[in-house]
Amino acid sequence: MSGIIEIISAEFNYWIYVTLMMIGFYAMIAKKNLVKKVIGANIFQTAIFLFYISLAEVKGGTAPILLHGHEGADVAHGAVNEVIYVNPLPHVLILTAIVVAVSTTAVALALIIKIYQEYGSLEEDVILAYRRQLQPEFSEYARQKQEGEQ
Amino acid sequence: MIGFDLITDHLPVLTVVIPLIAGFLTPMIGWIDRRLCWYWVMLTMFAVLLMTSSNLYTVITSGTIHYHLGGWTPPIGIEYVIDLLNGFVCLIIAFIGLMVGIYSIESIKKELPNKIIPFYSIFLLLITGLMGMTITGDIFNFYVFLEISSLTAYALIAMGDRGDGVVASFNYLIMGTVAASFILLGIGYLYAVTGSLNIADMQGLLPSIYDNKVVLAALAFFMVGFSIKVGLFPLHAWLPDAYTHAPSAASALIAGLMTKVGAYAMIRFMFSVFTPEFVIDITRMAEILTWAAALAIIVGSVLAIAQSDIKRMLAYSSISQIGYILLGVGLANVIGMQGGLLHILNHSLMKCALFLVAGAIFYKTGIRNLHQFQGLGKKMPVTTTVFLIAGLSMIGVPGTVGFTSKWYLALGSINAGQWIFVIVILISSLLNIVYFWRVFDNIWFGHPHEVEHIKRDEAPLSMLIPMVILAVLCIFFGLFAYYPLHYVLEPLSNALLGIGVLP
Amino acid sequence: MSGIQESVIIRTVVRIMVPFIQIFALYVIMHGSSGPGGGFQGGVIFGASIILYTMIYGHKEGKKRMSDKLSRILSSSGVAIFALTGILCLVFGGMFLQYGVVPLLPDDPAQVSRLLIDVVEIGIGITVLAVMISLFFDISPPETEEEELVASEEAGQ
Repeated sequence: MSGIIEIISAEFNYWIYVTLMMIGFYAMIAKKNLVKKVIGANIFQTAIFLFYISLAEVKGGTAPILLHGHEGADVAHGAVNEVIYVNPLPHVLILTAIVVAVSTTAVALALIIKIYQEYGSLEEDVILAYRRQLQPEFSEYARQKQEGEQ
Repeated sequence: MIGFDLITDHLPVLTVVIPLIAGFLTPMIGWIDRRLCWYWVMLTMFAVLLMTSSNLYTVITSGTIHYHLGGWTPPIGIEYVIDLLNGFVCLIIAFIGLMVGIYSIESIKKELPNKIIPFYSIFLLLITGLMGMTITGDIFNFYVFLEISSLTAYALIAMGDRGDGVVASFNYLIMGTVAASFILLGIGYLYAVTGSLNIADMQGLLPSIYDNKVVLAALAFFMVGFSIKVGLFPLHAWLPDAYTHAPSAASALIAGLMTKVGAYAMIRFMFSVFTPEFVIDITRMAEILTWAAALAIIVGSVLAIAQSDIKRMLAYSSISQIGYILLGVGLANVIGMQGGLLHILNHSLMKCALFLVAGAIFYKTGIRNLHQFQGLGKKMPVTTTVFLIAGLSMIGVPGTVGFTSKWYLALGSINAGQWIFVIVILISSLLNIVYFWRVFDNIWFGHPHEVEHIKRDEAPLSMLIPMVILAVLCIFFGLFAYYPLHYVLEPLSNALLGIGVLP
Repeated sequence: MSGIQESVIIRTVVRIMVPFIQIFALYVIMHGSSGPGGGFQGGVIFGASIILYTMIYGHKEGKKRMSDKLSRILSSSGVAIFALTGILCLVFGGMFLQYGVVPLLPDDPAQVSRLLIDVVEIGIGITVLAVMISLFFDISPPETEEEELVASEEAGQ
């Protein structure tokens, strides 16, 4: 029992990111409402960002802002007193990835608005059932049903 | 000349930047006059085609091009690398983009009359994304361009059929987000163990840590992510709806390019980031890929037979053709790899031509159900001849381009000792004949009493020229396959598999 | 929605705060290279200020501040600034976005590099603010029936 707690507490950031990722993934797959799927996608992507940021952590490191950086050219070039910074590269990568995630959410919401205008509902099963009704010429079964009704 | 030197030294980055600027300036140009958008797009695509052909020529004659963005040397900075694989795929992207650009004006005027300007802006941004994805030598930059191309593809598909297009696009968005996020996760894992984001650098750093589980997990994430992007069965569910309900020009562009660039990405990651010995010997990922590809080939062809909508039939046929490409890649001997890479070229030409024909038929008659195609042979003779040539090429008739790649794939399977793949290729060619012949039958041998009083009513010239060019190229590369094979694909396959070195 | 206005307190506070939010956004854009911030973050804050103004005062007021045409021009020109800076570096003989070769200040390429990074960030910020605002206007529903008629006419053009 103590072994498991040790394993979890030593790498808790990875456990958190995996839990969040699976929650988001489950929401994307299993929820029927389209907005909930988009929320699930957001949780999924946020978990990945957390993973990257947790990679950047250095024990005893401080925020990666160059001290005395804006006071003048000489001081910035010269030696800053030995400060341990966290790794800034994953932070920069995640800035870009956040922009990508925001754009994806924006496109998804615009699509949801169009779907609502067209079908009047945001539930997946209602939309699918409505679409199957609308395609008589491409389905033999639907065409026969139509001819049978006439 | 100073100006000329300026351009030729910086061609790799200009290939990506020029469509980007052009895409963002298109709304301003469209304000002045709508038709100017089309000339602007054609001008840009023509410039991009010139630049990519020059790139490929330089690579064939003088070797791999390295371009350091911002003057920072790798692995600190981002690097754009053009070697034979990149140059080859970039040329295909530029060419298909130009063809669809020429075709699109008439088709878009009819299908999306209010949205000409947004369509062309997003078109150019899609070309930017695909070009960037292909040229870059840095894996995070690759992810950024992957998302650019995916988002623009979602927007293009959503412009299609009322209601259906938007649902198909949403479906593709959810699956595409999962794929891109898995790829991002794989990139994170690789960064965590190597500390570098540069492809060439990683090739040197990874072999010493092959037994690390993180590298295995990264490979797994990449393969799943790329399989979704490429449409490999059983992760293909977004593909039929997306191809069917997009506008005709967008269907041709997306069907001709996006899966191919996804296949290029798979090849690049499998063989340049994870070196060939990892993929073939240690994890046997290549073998798994061949079996999945064989399944995709059969299932795609079988499902295509059941369709009545011609675009849906072509979409399922795409699923089976992707199987061919990945079969060639996974076989991992030189001949099989050449077949797979040649099939990238073939499939773009053939599938683009087929989707352009379907769009032309829809433009003239409004029909998409192939059971109603009677009499089209008399009404639109040039269009249906293009369909015939492209269809024969898909089946694999000798003399057309499809035959060459299937022959190489069969030879590669025999070399690898897997006779079952030869049988798979033969069966799927027979299945291809089944569903293509049904369409030919309807077009030319329709009910006699309806055919007599049909007048000739061909598609407009701007739609005919790209289709005819593509059909002619199908036959040209079928008869003269020596040129791409000898100059580009053979050294490339040797280099990818680690047998020879790139020039 | 029309005819009902927010309370006096909210309206006055928003009217005072919006300029300060915009100045803060400019601060974030310009200090991106030496602290947290950058083009995207500052652009979003600037866009949020206009969105706040629109939410409290209504669509017509918001559209007066940031019309459709202005959004389109800004989004195109922001990316154009970025790309043209890169090509400027090409013209002077360096690689794309190699800021050091531009001979603005002949003896200090590092300082030129810092200046041009800020120029590029401004370009990015302009595009992001235009896109954020136009996204908000496109997604939000029209307020009155007249606006709906106008919106459907514009969509038909």
